[in-house]
Amino acid sequence: MTVEKILTENMDLYYGAKQALKKISIKIPEKKVTAFIGPSGCGKSTFLRSLNRMNDLIDGVKIEGNILIDGINIYDHNIDVVTLRKKVGMVFQKSNPFAKSIYENIAYGPRINGLKDRKQLDEIVETALKNAAIWDEVKDRLGDSALGLSGGQQQRLCIARTLAVNPEIVLMDEPASALDPLSTSKIEELIVQLKENYTIVIVTHNMQQAARISDNTAFFYLGELIEYDKTKKLFTNPDKKQTEDYITGRFG
Amino acid sequence: MIKSFKNNIKGILIEGLTLSSALLIIAIIVVMIAVIVIGGKDQISWEFLTSFPEDGMTKGGIFPAIYGTALLVIIMSVAAVPFGTITAIYLTEYANENAIIAKVIRFAVRTLAVIPSIIYGLFGLGFFIKFVGVQMDNTFMGGQLKWGQPNILWASLTMALLTLPVVIVSVEEALKTVPKDLRAASLALGATKWQTIWKVVLPGSISGIMTGTILAVSRGAGEVAPILFTGVAYYVATLPASFSDQFMVLGYHIYVMTTQSANVDQTLPIQFGTTLVLLALTFILNISAIVLRYRIRQKKSN
Repeated sequence: MTVEKILTENMDLYYGAKQALKKISIKIPEKKVTAFIGPSGCGKSTFLRSLNRMNDLIDGVKIEGNILIDGINIYDHNIDVVTLRKKVGMVFQKSNPFAKSIYENIAYGPRINGLKDRKQLDEIVETALKNAAIWDEVKDRLGDSALGLSGGQQQRLCIARTLAVNPEIVLMDEPASALDPLSTSKIEELIVQLKENYTIVIVTHNMQQAARISDNTAFFYLGELIEYDKTKKLFTNPDKKQTEDYITGRFG
Repeated sequence: MIKSFKNNIKGILIEGLTLSSALLIIAIIVVMIAVIVIGGKDQISWEFLTSFPEDGMTKGGIFPAIYGTALLVIIMSVAAVPFGTITAIYLTEYANENAIIAKVIRFAVRTLAVIPSIIYGLFGLGFFIKFVGVQMDNTFMGGQLKWGQPNILWASLTMALLTLPVVIVSVEEALKTVPKDLRAASLALGATKWQTIWKVVLPGSISGIMTGTILAVSRGAGEVAPILFTGVAYYVATLPASFSDQFMVLGYHIYVMTTQSANVDQTLPIQFGTTLVLLALTFILNISAIVLRYRIRQKKSN
């Protein structure tokens, strides 16, 4: 039996007058990889961004219904968004390292939490880089600018940076879509390793990727959650015709 | 389809006219700089730059004017750069682009930029000297006159108001070059909005803040009108040592030497020398601002 980490009930999301998500109800299990698939504009990224309230940054977004993480409604008026985002980290589509050294990129999160002790910071940086499978590539140049790394390395650095604040959930918004096949496979291996300790939710355009790395897959279409099941089941024997049409490439 | 001779001539004439007016601009600049450089180059010496005026300002150097100009722009920057930066942060990071308040602020900034500089001078006289200064004298000095008269503090603050739009616009431009992705990355790590601004946005726009500062300094170094009523002096025998002292500046010194001097012909070399120093100063400042701005643009396009 797996424990559910994230639970939404009849969640609606509006951009101004336009409804972008309709009655989304889903249970996302702890320490598993859950993939969101669907054609562009189906609402999967929007939904992902609701889970750590990054949508708050966009004017005119309104959310109705419940989103519970560990049983707590994260849209309650007394929820501190800053604390929420420490618990629910996010990796973006385009790698976005700060124009700082590799070390300072990783130390950024712990530092804003008030950690000053150099030894502890060193440990966190090393652990985070190891967990993101990039330590061996950068351990001799921690002081160099992060912008000098390759695209794939930058993305793993961003994953390490997210891990350094010790989140419980890591949201990934098409983390490998801008990367070459080799870097992509490294990221995929990493995601599979990470689920030992973290709950991973990943948005992807790449159906093979979802099939390879996820335990559960949710198919979104036009703002609705069409089907949600074990990945194997969804890809081999979907219940809904729309799902089947999409995964067999008939549209999307 | 034979070309009409008349139209052909007309075309050539119009092109010639536009070209010659463009060339005229170049000629004016070249002549202006040449006259100043030729007239002033022999005057420039270590002695001229570092000594006081002598013999009723007919001989000697211009050190007090250089010192006063430097002090003026430093105090001005200390006031204008933080104030302008904070305003720019509000406009880009906090205000909603379409909110009434943001529109009013932007309108005010644009209006500040077009107010004639002499009006700033009058405002400084009325507000800083006659109002703030007089109140300070009444409150702290027992009515004795100290702050209620022109000095370098009021002059610098008046100049700071004049240069504020320059700072705001440059800093705003620089803040906008910091990618939204980086703000998102910082917020997603659990940083507060202010932590994000302080640790990611401001370090990323430091060269823009520098550009704004330099442009403001260059503007402030060349302006005379705002400080006429608020602190600049015809001649002071000592360097300003306190905020309540008056001071000399290069721009006003040129005016004084060319119109108020006992013997205008005798002081001609000093006039040229002072002008050359002022020109070189603003030139250097503007070029460094252009270089910095160019680097920012390059960074933006990457």
